[in-house]
Amino acid sequence: MNGVHDMGGMHGFGAVQPEGDEPTFHAPWEGRVFGMSRSLGYAGAWNTHSARAARESLNPVEYLAASYYETMLLTMQKRLLDRGLVGQDELEAGRSLRPGPPLARSVSGSDISPILYRRKKPQSAPGPAQFKVGDRVRAKNINPPTHTRLPRYTRGRIGVVEAVAGVNALADAQALGGADVPQWYYTVLFTGPELWGEGSDPQLSVVIGAAESYLESAP
Amino acid sequence: MATHSHGDHHHDAGGDEEEFSQLSEIALRVRALESILTEKGYVDPLALDQIVQAYETKVGPHNGARIVAHAWADPAFRERLLQNANTAIGEVVDINTLDSDLRVVENTDRIHNMIVCTLCSCYPWEVLGLPPTWYKAAPYRSRAVLDPRGILAEFGVQVPEDKEVRVWDSNAEQRFIVLPQRPAGTDGWSVEQLEALVTRDSLIGTGLARRPDVAPEGAAR
Repeated sequence: MNGVHDMGGMHGFGAVQPEGDEPTFHAPWEGRVFGMSRSLGYAGAWNTHSARAARESLNPVEYLAASYYETMLLTMQKRLLDRGLVGQDELEAGRSLRPGPPLARSVSGSDISPILYRRKKPQSAPGPAQFKVGDRVRAKNINPPTHTRLPRYTRGRIGVVEAVAGVNALADAQALGGADVPQWYYTVLFTGPELWGEGSDPQLSVVIGAAESYLESAP
Repeated sequence: MATHSHGDHHHDAGGDEEEFSQLSEIALRVRALESILTEKGYVDPLALDQIVQAYETKVGPHNGARIVAHAWADPAFRERLLQNANTAIGEVVDINTLDSDLRVVENTDRIHNMIVCTLCSCYPWEVLGLPPTWYKAAPYRSRAVLDPRGILAEFGVQVPEDKEVRVWDSNAEQRFIVLPQRPAGTDGWSVEQLEALVTRDSLIGTGLARRPDVAPEGAAR
């Protein structure tokens, strides 16, 4: 979706503000939110792509105003409600009022290693890769109202296939909760002037990861 | 506002020392949510403790620093790492599964690499830990692909105009780390000595490896 999360190339957000000796979490609640989100994802409450989609569909004003972990909390609550795992009345009461539907996996404190190190699900190739290293490709001008990983700043622009990066389940489809759609992925390199126009930095290049369906052959 | 309803719950959900009355509104909301999810059996507070602790202590940029130090010290390992990082890293760090592909991009005399995730906050957690706040925030995500030299200058890194700056926009399927250039004056150094030169920012590409004459003791930050 064309949301405010897709911010590559925007002006006006000011200087980057690094923080010396930054702690992993700035307050204990941030760690709890992170842990709950990670744990629920592992347990099968949702997949990572649909979690991103939920985050992106927050109101843009809310998205920009909230901190990273506030956004994570808002998104998590919204999804728990949407999936019927938690009721609004329970959030208001601050306690469980009824048993919820079971999740696919249970999480135990005795072994968290599968939560920390998740294994990528292998996908079999849908057929031969359409593009090879060195091919000129155009990022399609697509504007789906749902989740996509094709950043706006590349749409309609021509790049070169830098590497063939294996087969993955298409994030756009996974976010919608349907069956896996295996696709070839590529890294595609765009020059600065192709992205940002004449007079921009000729020694800049940007590489994106792109699914095959994001790309078309370019002359 | 939520009420405190943990009952005989053994665990301090906030993990914090504050009195209940001093907790912020958001901390109270989080505490209530954890309580609901625990009662429903969706989360285990003990597992949450361990996840938090693991990211605070075990999973962090020291893993990336070790990988880089080995690559500097061992050309054959460096080659394997650049060809297939997912399998190569298991030789030097205790990580054998990744939930996305890892690619190591090498800084050279011609190219300076920098990583970003413009759409969200994709970052190679397993080898760098959780990203710093600035990596997830709008100023970095918006400008990294448009004006990386400007950002690098703010980080105190001057890249000559005729040197390519290559920015890698990460996604869920593939994550990147930068292999910084080995600082001069480190011939014959041990892997442990080299590790101390590799900063977190040098693995993101917003910094360079420390010079040996200015390197403080300690692991990657």
